[in-house]
Amino acid sequence: MSSPAPKLPVSLAANPRLSSWVRFSGDGHVAISPGKVEIGQGIVTALAQIAADELDVDIGRIEMIRASTAASPNEGVTSGSLSIQQSGRAFRHVCAEVRQRFLAAASERLGVDASLLSINDGTISGPGNVRTSYWELAGEVSLDHDAAPGATAKLATMRAVAGHSIQRVDIPDKVFAQPRFIHDRALPGLLHGRVLRPDISAARLIALDETAARAVAGLIAIARDGGFAGVVADSEVAAEAALKALRKSATWSAGEPLPDEDDLAGFLKSQPVETTVIDTRTATRREHARTLRRQYTRPYIAHASIAPSCAMARWNGDRVHVWTHSQGVYLLRADLAIVLKLPTENIVVEHMEGAGCYGHNAADDVALDAVLLAKAAGGRPVRVQWSRHDEMSHAPFGAAMAIEIEADLDADNEIVGWRHAIWSNGHAARPGRAGQPALLAATEIANPYPRMISTNPPAANGGGGDRNSVPLYDLPAWTITSHRLLTMPVRTSALRTLGGQGNVFAIESMLDEIAALRGEDPIAFRLRHLRDERARDVISAAARRAQWKPQKQAGIGHGVGFARYKNTGAYCAAIAEIEGADDIRVKRLTLAVDVGEAINPDGVINQIEGGAIQATSWVLKERVRFDRSRITSTSWTDYPILTFSEAPAVDVEIIQRSEIEPVGAGEAALGPVTAAIANAVFDCLGVRVRDLPITRDRIIAAMELAS
Amino acid sequence: MPSVQFRLNGAAIAVDADPDQMLLDVLRGLLGVTGPHFGCGAGECGACHVMVDDRAMTSCDMPMWSVADKDVVTLEGLGTVEQPHPLQRAFIFEQAMQCGYCASGILISAAALLKRNPSPTEAEVRAALDRNLCRCGSHNRMVRAVLRAASEMAAS
Repeated sequence: MSSPAPKLPVSLAANPRLSSWVRFSGDGHVAISPGKVEIGQGIVTALAQIAADELDVDIGRIEMIRASTAASPNEGVTSGSLSIQQSGRAFRHVCAEVRQRFLAAASERLGVDASLLSINDGTISGPGNVRTSYWELAGEVSLDHDAAPGATAKLATMRAVAGHSIQRVDIPDKVFAQPRFIHDRALPGLLHGRVLRPDISAARLIALDETAARAVAGLIAIARDGGFAGVVADSEVAAEAALKALRKSATWSAGEPLPDEDDLAGFLKSQPVETTVIDTRTATRREHARTLRRQYTRPYIAHASIAPSCAMARWNGDRVHVWTHSQGVYLLRADLAIVLKLPTENIVVEHMEGAGCYGHNAADDVALDAVLLAKAAGGRPVRVQWSRHDEMSHAPFGAAMAIEIEADLDADNEIVGWRHAIWSNGHAARPGRAGQPALLAATEIANPYPRMISTNPPAANGGGGDRNSVPLYDLPAWTITSHRLLTMPVRTSALRTLGGQGNVFAIESMLDEIAALRGEDPIAFRLRHLRDERARDVISAAARRAQWKPQKQAGIGHGVGFARYKNTGAYCAAIAEIEGADDIRVKRLTLAVDVGEAINPDGVINQIEGGAIQATSWVLKERVRFDRSRITSTSWTDYPILTFSEAPAVDVEIIQRSEIEPVGAGEAALGPVTAAIANAVFDCLGVRVRDLPITRDRIIAAMELAS
Repeated sequence: MPSVQFRLNGAAIAVDADPDQMLLDVLRGLLGVTGPHFGCGAGECGACHVMVDDRAMTSCDMPMWSVADKDVVTLEGLGTVEQPHPLQRAFIFEQAMQCGYCASGILISAAALLKRNPSPTEAEVRAALDRNLCRCGSHNRMVRAVLRAASEMAAS
């Protein structure tokens, strides 16, 4: 039997040139150049670990290069918990191959068989005290070769850096106030820009009197392009003052109406849709005694990064350089090229860190803003920073969802049939993927592009609204249907887990309800329906760790939730302990997670903790607010998030499987934690709240309905 | 333009600024002190916290006239790589952040807390940080780091 021909990891197949990933510099350093970017998740450190391990150099020698379209491999977008999977595998392969090439060169130079050579912190040595190094050999070993399939990485047991919790490379700078964020970087001659945006949703600028703005000291230029208008000034204060003057004189069109925020399900189910059957499983028909029909909803959710989005741009003739915290420098460049009607080679897009990013926020939008305003800056660089108000109202939101599950139950309340239907806008309208740009200002300029209606990634990439909608449980029959809206009055795009949070909430709530109907322990019920050993292991581990199930106490509730992210990624089980009457307090979350090989276990724990706390915030507090004409949750007062005093204790266990290819951890916790909290609410109060967020009002309404 | 005098990170300073201008704008825009961050401009998120006479205050809505003759400390004034503040050491030890954009304001809030209460309980630490928002969910690590710094300071 022949084994299949070895294949290159996907990122490497797309960017095979070794030198685009790794370079040795003369001063004893190694430049590692990923196409993925740091968005607060610690990826840069994890990739450095993989490279240090395969090359056998001290991690202190590794210099991580920020992604730029000028030189970096094109790894698409940093999203979907795929960076370890894509970039990590590429680096493991590249570094293993580079190591082999250097060993071969060292063997020749030293006259020692390569198998007798070893590498220690970049020094290659062999019997008889012969030695050389990567840096000595760098001149004669060309890495301008394409990677060849089949390079052999170290055995898992030989890894000394990957698989260990080392400190993140970026944290000291952030603790000692060294500028790392794009917001803090100074460029020579930097100017500041602000863009005028309407309060009324989708209103277009009709008229503007520039007189008052022109009188502001420090104003450099007012930029206009159709309905796009902005100011450039020599300080942020002047830019703000000019914008304020401009706003007073602006006349806007009527805009487009928004849905009724109190009837999201009614809105979602009344729109024109594109319907896709995601999956079906058929079985010999078994009699069902009853059908349980439940509807779950989640609201629009804001990214709400702590920093407003920011970008810088500088023109030089017909070439423009852009600094951005976008998740995808090449994708952004593609959209900029469409809008600017320039060849891509005239545009360099370079990454700089922004605040934590949980999906497609306004990072890309503000980059086009900066590019358009910098046109008026006479070759000087312009930094544009959005206001908190604009960040909370004009950036894309995570899409609202209505999910209906019908479970056919037999006389023993065992599941014999299962139908899951989703109504939602698409969960992705990222730049660089369509013939039209996805950037906000592109809809405002003269000859505007239409607002891109969000679509869903294909099921092979984890799907969008349908993400995690196919049960991992062994149910006899199911039909999963996704209805994607063809209208989009509220702008939506990718937010952490896409549809995964909503679907896991719905599935896990329904299962919990059926287990309760049967009088069966919800963990035993789940385990009875799962064959996948890794799934069973995380549930059992979380249960053990949380000492499931403690004695019932008045005012305390426990609930469980489980999912394998995208059904192909990390396994995660969560158990929530809550305290509550009308108001809910999440006291403790206990999670078990299996990401295969955890490259940096503390990094994985950090991501799981962060996801768990963010999910708690979504579940208890978050909901984008709007009236029929405008988004109204435009400040932290109107869009509150979890505070320090409200954050639950979070306890995470990693099931380390160093022999299994690693997957990402960033999104694994959110669905399971959402479900665990909702199920704990039922355990505590005896009511099912099926509409997120679970607020005091929603609990009271559910109690009234139940009584 | 009138001059406002105050102490910044231990050094006397006079800046020519409109007394109604906000401290954050002067720090970042005029003085290039980028430790304090802009987050909301409304005193709601704490990313711009600085210590004013040992109290953590939002600088985005603090007019210059109100800091005249006061002692202002930003993250830059807390410690250095060579001589870190125990909080800075503890934040690294606990890996107490994800993106870290909010960390500057949180370190300042924590430093102010430890000045007035050198051995806070966990609940007191949380209460002291309630005016700071963190979106990445690093709350518990930061609380652990503050408690670690407190016990280190008590021991020395």
